[in-house]
Amino acid sequence: MSSTTAVSAPPRVKVPRWVAPVGAVVLFAAAYLAFRGTGTLPHDKEAPQFLAVTELREWIDDHRNDNPLFLYFLNYIRLFVGGLYDLFQTTLYALGWPGLTGVMGALAWLAGGWRIALLAVSGVSAFGFLGLWQSSVDTLALVAAAVLLSLAIGIPIGVWAGLSARARRAITPVLDVMQIMPTFAYLAPLALFFHIGAPAGAIATMIYSIPPAIRITALAISEVSPTAVEASASLGATRRQTLFKVYLPLARSTMALAVNQTIMMALSMVVIANLISAPGLGGDIIRGLSRAQVGIMLPAGVAIVVMAVVLDRMMMSVAQRGSAVGWRSGGSGATRAGEGGGAGATERASRSAAMNRPHAKLSRIDLVAAGVLAAVGLALIPVLPRVWPESWTINVVAEVNDAVRWAETTWYPVTTFIKDLVTASLLNPLETLLTSAPWWLVTLAVLAVAWRVSGVRPALIALGCLLAIALLGTWEHAMQTMTTVAVAVLVTLVIGLLLGVAAARSPRYSAVQRPLLDAAQTMPAFVYLLPALALFETTRFTAIFASIIYAVPPVVRLVEDGIKAVPATVVEAASSAGSTRGQLLWKVQLPMARQAILLAANQGIVMTLAMVVVGGLVGAGALGYDVVLGFSQRTDFGLGFVAGIATVLLGVMLDRITQGADRRSSPRKRKSP
Amino acid sequence: MGDSPDSAAITVEGLWKIFGSRAQRVLDSEDRHLEPATLREKTGCTAAVRDVSFEVRPGEVFVVMGLSGSGKSTLVRCLTRLIEPSAGEIRIGGEDIGRASPARLREIRRHQVSMVFQHFGLLPHRKVIDNVAYGLEIQGMPRAARHARAGEILSLVGLDGYADAYPDQLSGGMQQRVGLARALAVDPQVMLFDEPFSALDPLIRRDMQAEVIRLHREVGKTMVFITHDLSEALKLGERIAIMRAGSIVQLGTAEELVGAPADDYVSDFIRDVPRSHVLTLRWICRDPEPGEPLDGPELPVTTIIKDAIGLASASGRPIKVVDGDQLAGVVDRVDLLTFLSGQDVPVKAGA
Amino acid sequence: MKIRLLAGLLTAGLTLGLATACGGATVETSPSSTAAPQGGASSAGGTVKIAINPWVGYEASANVVAYLLKNELGYTVELPEIKEQLAWEGFETGDVDVIIENWGHPDLKKQFIEEKKVAVEAGSTGNKGVIGWYIPKWMADKYPDITDYKNLNKYAELFKTSESGDKGQLLFGDPSYVSNEEALIKNLKLNYKVVVGGSEAALIKGAQQAQTQQKPLLFYFWDPHWLFSKTDLVRVNLPAYTEGCDADPKKVACDYPEMDLDKIVSKKFADTGGKAYELVKNFTWTNEDQNAVADDMTNNGMTGEQAAKKWVEANTAKWQAWIPK
Repeated sequence: MSSTTAVSAPPRVKVPRWVAPVGAVVLFAAAYLAFRGTGTLPHDKEAPQFLAVTELREWIDDHRNDNPLFLYFLNYIRLFVGGLYDLFQTTLYALGWPGLTGVMGALAWLAGGWRIALLAVSGVSAFGFLGLWQSSVDTLALVAAAVLLSLAIGIPIGVWAGLSARARRAITPVLDVMQIMPTFAYLAPLALFFHIGAPAGAIATMIYSIPPAIRITALAISEVSPTAVEASASLGATRRQTLFKVYLPLARSTMALAVNQTIMMALSMVVIANLISAPGLGGDIIRGLSRAQVGIMLPAGVAIVVMAVVLDRMMMSVAQRGSAVGWRSGGSGATRAGEGGGAGATERASRSAAMNRPHAKLSRIDLVAAGVLAAVGLALIPVLPRVWPESWTINVVAEVNDAVRWAETTWYPVTTFIKDLVTASLLNPLETLLTSAPWWLVTLAVLAVAWRVSGVRPALIALGCLLAIALLGTWEHAMQTMTTVAVAVLVTLVIGLLLGVAAARSPRYSAVQRPLLDAAQTMPAFVYLLPALALFETTRFTAIFASIIYAVPPVVRLVEDGIKAVPATVVEAASSAGSTRGQLLWKVQLPMARQAILLAANQGIVMTLAMVVVGGLVGAGALGYDVVLGFSQRTDFGLGFVAGIATVLLGVMLDRITQGADRRSSPRKRKSP
Repeated sequence: MGDSPDSAAITVEGLWKIFGSRAQRVLDSEDRHLEPATLREKTGCTAAVRDVSFEVRPGEVFVVMGLSGSGKSTLVRCLTRLIEPSAGEIRIGGEDIGRASPARLREIRRHQVSMVFQHFGLLPHRKVIDNVAYGLEIQGMPRAARHARAGEILSLVGLDGYADAYPDQLSGGMQQRVGLARALAVDPQVMLFDEPFSALDPLIRRDMQAEVIRLHREVGKTMVFITHDLSEALKLGERIAIMRAGSIVQLGTAEELVGAPADDYVSDFIRDVPRSHVLTLRWICRDPEPGEPLDGPELPVTTIIKDAIGLASASGRPIKVVDGDQLAGVVDRVDLLTFLSGQDVPVKAGA
Repeated sequence: MKIRLLAGLLTAGLTLGLATACGGATVETSPSSTAAPQGGASSAGGTVKIAINPWVGYEASANVVAYLLKNELGYTVELPEIKEQLAWEGFETGDVDVIIENWGHPDLKKQFIEEKKVAVEAGSTGNKGVIGWYIPKWMADKYPDITDYKNLNKYAELFKTSESGDKGQLLFGDPSYVSNEEALIKNLKLNYKVVVGGSEAALIKGAQQAQTQQKPLLFYFWDPHWLFSKTDLVRVNLPAYTEGCDADPKKVACDYPEMDLDKIVSKKFADTGGKAYELVKNFTWTNEDQNAVADDMTNNGMTGEQAAKKWVEANTAKWQAWIPK
C-alpha cells in the first residue's frame, strides 16, 4: 500500500502516466484482500425501511377514501384520467373494427398518401388476424389517453422552455432524471397514489412519455428563426400573435416529431403498465412471460410493433409534409431526447424531409380517397360484427411454441455454453467482488472513478446516490444489478463499436444496417425480451442478452455518426500524410469521435439499466425482481418501492459518472482567453 | 403630429444600450466611458450603443454605417424598442418612444415604422402574398382587403405573379423583395433597413439598391438604412453616420465624409473610395489666378468631379465653377489631373 | 383546430368525472368500475371480468366458467391478466369481478372482505390445493433419506447451480405465488437459496428435464396439477402443518396446509351480477376435471376456449347443475 503511494508522491520525479491509475488499482486490490467480507451490507427483506413503506401503503389503502388529499385531489385525477380512457375505449369499440380500420386508413391517407393508408389498414387488420383485437384496442385507447395528456401538459411546458432560457435551465435537470429513470421505478409510487388499473397505467405512461414532448417542443421552438420572430415583432404583433402565427407554425414539423416520440415512449410503457393492471397487449405479453410461452408473447409483440410502425410512419409523414428545407437550423440538438431513440427520429425526419417536396398540399384526390375510406368503414359498422370475427384469426401459438422448443433443444449446447461462460467468467466473479467488498471500499472506488472521469460535482452526486442506496437497505441488490449492467454495457459497447466503425467505413454496409437500426429503434423495449427468453430461459443472462440487443442500435448509430462527423479535410490531411486505414482509425477518427463514443457509452448504460430492471421479469433478479415482487406480494410492497428508488439512484449515479466525461473534454477551450 | 415637413422624423438623444446583468450600474458610473474591451473585462457588460444622438429629416435616406460589431444593428432595433434601450430619448414623429405603453408601441410598429431584415425573416409556411399581408393581418384587416393591398405592393416591388409561391421557391433577391413588400404594405412613415442586401450577391445587390432608390422616389418614405458597405452607403445615403464601437464618429453627407474625414478611423475607411466620384467641384476649385482667362465653360459647384473631366479635357480653358450666379472659383486640367493622381490637394474644409 | 379538439375532449372528460362524483371522489367511483355492457349488442347480460392468475389450473377453471357465461348466459367476459394480490385490489377499483381460484390468503380476506367490504366469498371450487417442495422420483429412489428435510443440507451440493452459487438451489415459480420459502430456509437452517424461475412453465420444464435427464432438482410445486399424471414427483417432508403454525409469516417452520380452494367475487358483482354471479357461485368441480382441461391447454395445443369447449361438451351433466334456473 504505502509503496505505491510513495511512487506517485514525489512531485518532481517524472512518472509515466500509467502509474497513478495502476497504483490506484493495486491499492484497491490490496484493500479488498485485506477487508474482504467485512463491512458488507447483506440484503434483508425485513429491513425497517421496507416495512415502513409497506405500512405506509397499508395506511394509504385504508384511508384512500377518507383522506382529503385523496378524496379531493388524487382521486379526482384518477377519475378524470379514467374517464378519458373510457371515452377513448368506448369510442374505439363503438367504431368496431370496420370503423376503426376505415378511420385509421383515412387519417393515414391524409397524413401520407395511399402507401401509408395501406400500411395503416393492413396494420389495423393485423390486430384482428393476430386474434388480439380487444387487447389492441385497449392499448390504443390507453396510448391515446396517455399521449393526449402528455401533449396537453408537455407542449405548453415545452413552448415555455423554448421561449425562456431560464425555464429551460430549470426544467432540463428534471427531464434528465426522468429519462434516466427506468420504467419500472414509476410504477410503485403511482400504485400508491393512484391505485391500480387503467387510470394508474395511463398516468404512469404519461409521466414516462412526457419528457420527449417537452424536450423536442422546446427544441422546435428555440430553433425557430429569430429573424422571423423579430420581423413579426417589428410589425407590431402581440406575443400571442407571434406565438400562434410564427412560433407554432414554424415549429410544427419538429413538434410532429415530439408527438411521434411521445407515442413511441407511451407504447413501450403501456406494456409495463400492465404490472399495475393496466389493460391491453401488455397483459398478453406478461401472460406469455409468466407461462414462458413465446407463442403467446409473439403475436402480442408483433401487434405492438405493428402499432408502433403504423403510428410512427403516420406521424413521420405529417412531420415531413410540414417541413421544408432550411426551416430549421439542423436537428442535432435532440440527441438526448427520448432515451436515445429521439436522436434517430429527429435525424430521420430531417433526412427524409430533405427529400420530400415542400409545401405538398393535399390534393383533392387524397381528400376524396380518405373520405371514401372513412365512409366505407363507418358504413360497415352496422353490417359487420364489431369485434373481429374469430374465424378470421390466425392462431400461431402452438407453432411458435414448437419452433421455440425446437430452437431450445437444437441450440441448447450453444446457448447454454454462452450463458454459462458469461455467468461463470464475468457475472459471478464480479458479483462476488462487489457484494463481498466492504461498502466503503466500493464507494471509494466509485468516487475515484467518477472524479477521474467526470470531475468533482458528478463524483459528489454519485457518492450521494451510493450512500442513499446503502441507507435504503438495497446495497447488495444494487451491487448485483450493477454487475449485470456492467457486463451488459461491456458487451454492448464492444459490439456497438465494431458495428459502428464498420458502418462508418463502408457506406454499403451502412446502407444495409441503417434501416435495421431504424426499425429496431421503433420497437418498444419489451419486445426484446422475447428472443432472449426463447433462447436463454429465465436467468440473469437473459436480461443481459435482452439489454444488449436493446442498447446496441443507438450505440452503433452514435458511434457511426461520430466517426462520420470527423471533418473530411482532417481525414484528407491524415491520408495525404500517408496514414494507413488502421492508423487513420486509431489516431484520427476514434480520438476525434471521442465525444460521440462517450455519449454512446452513456446512452448504453442508461438503456441497459432500464432493460436489466425490466429483466427482473425474466430472471435478472436483484432490484428489478424486487420491484416485480413489490407488485406481486403485498408484504413486499415496501421492498419493491424502495428498490424502485434505488434503481433511479443507481441510474443517476451511472449517468453522472459517464455523462460528465463529455463535458470534461473542453475545459481548456474555456480557460484560454 | 410630426407630419409637418420642418420637424424631424426621428430624433435620437443620448441613446445608450449596454448589454449585461449590471447594465444600469455601469450606466450610472464613470465606467461607461471605458474602452469596450476594458469594460467587458471589468464588468462583464458590453456597451453596444454609446451616447448616440442624431436627427433624421422627413423623407430623408439616413444611412448608418459601420463594421460588424459597431452597434449599428442594435441602434436600429432600439428605435422601435425591439431592443430596449438603456438610456436616452427617441422620438419618432415627435412621439416619445421610450414612454410608449406596450399597446401604443405596437400601434407605432403596426402603422408608423416598419423594418426590412438582413436575413429576410420571411415565414416559410406562408405564401408570398400572406407574407406580405402579415403586417395587415395582425392589425386585424379582413382577408380580402389585405390581399388586395398586398397584391398592389407586390407589383410595386416587381413580384407580379409570385403571390402563390412560397418563399423558399424564390431566389434571395426576390425573397428580399418580399421582405421589402411586407414592410411597405403597412404604409409606414418610416422604414428601417437592417443590412438588407448584405446576404445577396453583388449583381443582385446593385439591382436592389436601385430598387430602393426608385421606391424612395416613388413613395417618399423616411428611411434609416444600416449597412457595412461603404459604396452602398455613399450611393443611397443623403446623410451618413459612421459608427465605431457604439459611437457615431462622424455624421454628414457623402461629400463631407470623403472631403473631410473627422479622424483616422474615417479616413482609413474611405481611403479606397474614388474621391472623384463623390466630391464636387466645390472641393477643388480655387480662386482664379491673376490673368487667367475666365471665358471657359461653366459648371455648378455641385458637379461631381468625375463628371467635369470630359468638359475639362474638351476645353483648353479653365472651367468656371459657379454657385448660382456667383463665381465660386475655377478648375483647370492640371487641377483635375493633380487631384486624380491623388496628390495632396488642399481641400476646403467645411464647404 | 387540434387545440380545440383537445379542449373539447378535456372538458368532456372533466364533466364525465365531475358528474359521477361531487364532493370528493372515492376509488370506486371510477367510471370504469361498472359491470355495464361495453361491447354493445353482442352481449345480453353485461361484462364479467375474471382475473387470470398465472397458473394453468386457474386458467382452466376461468376458461370453463367464461365459456359458460358467454355461450349459455350471453355475457361478455374479459380475462385480464392480474396476479393474485393485485386482483384483490381490483375488487376495489372495479378492474376485477371474480377470482375463480383463491389459495387461502386469510390476510386479504380480512382486509377486503371484513374491513373494506368490497369482496365476498362465493363458495368452494371443489378443488383441494396443497403446496410443497418436490424432487424428481429418481432422486428419491437413489437417495432414500432425501425426502426428510433434515437431510436436505447433506445433499445441498447436488442442487448447486450457476444461479445459486455455493448453496443448493430451490427453484421457485412466479413471484406472485403464495410463498413461505425464504422463511422456511431461514428457520429450518437450510443451506439453500431460492432461485426464481419466474413462471409455472419454468417449474414444469425444470421438473420434466430433471426426471428425464436424471438431473437433481428441488422445486416448489402444487397440487392439483396435470404434471403429476405425466411425471413422477416426490414430495419432500417438511415439519408437519399444525393449525396456526404459519400465523407469523416470518416464523413459519412448517409445511403448507391443505387448502380448500374457493372463489371470491366483488361485492358489486355479488349484488348486481345476477345470473352470472349465480353461475360463479354454483361452479364446483374436481381436481381431475381441472387437470384434464389444463392438460389440454398445455400439452395438446388448445387455447383456453377450445379446451373449455371440449370439457363442456363432454360433461354436460356437471355444468347443467351450475346454470341458474
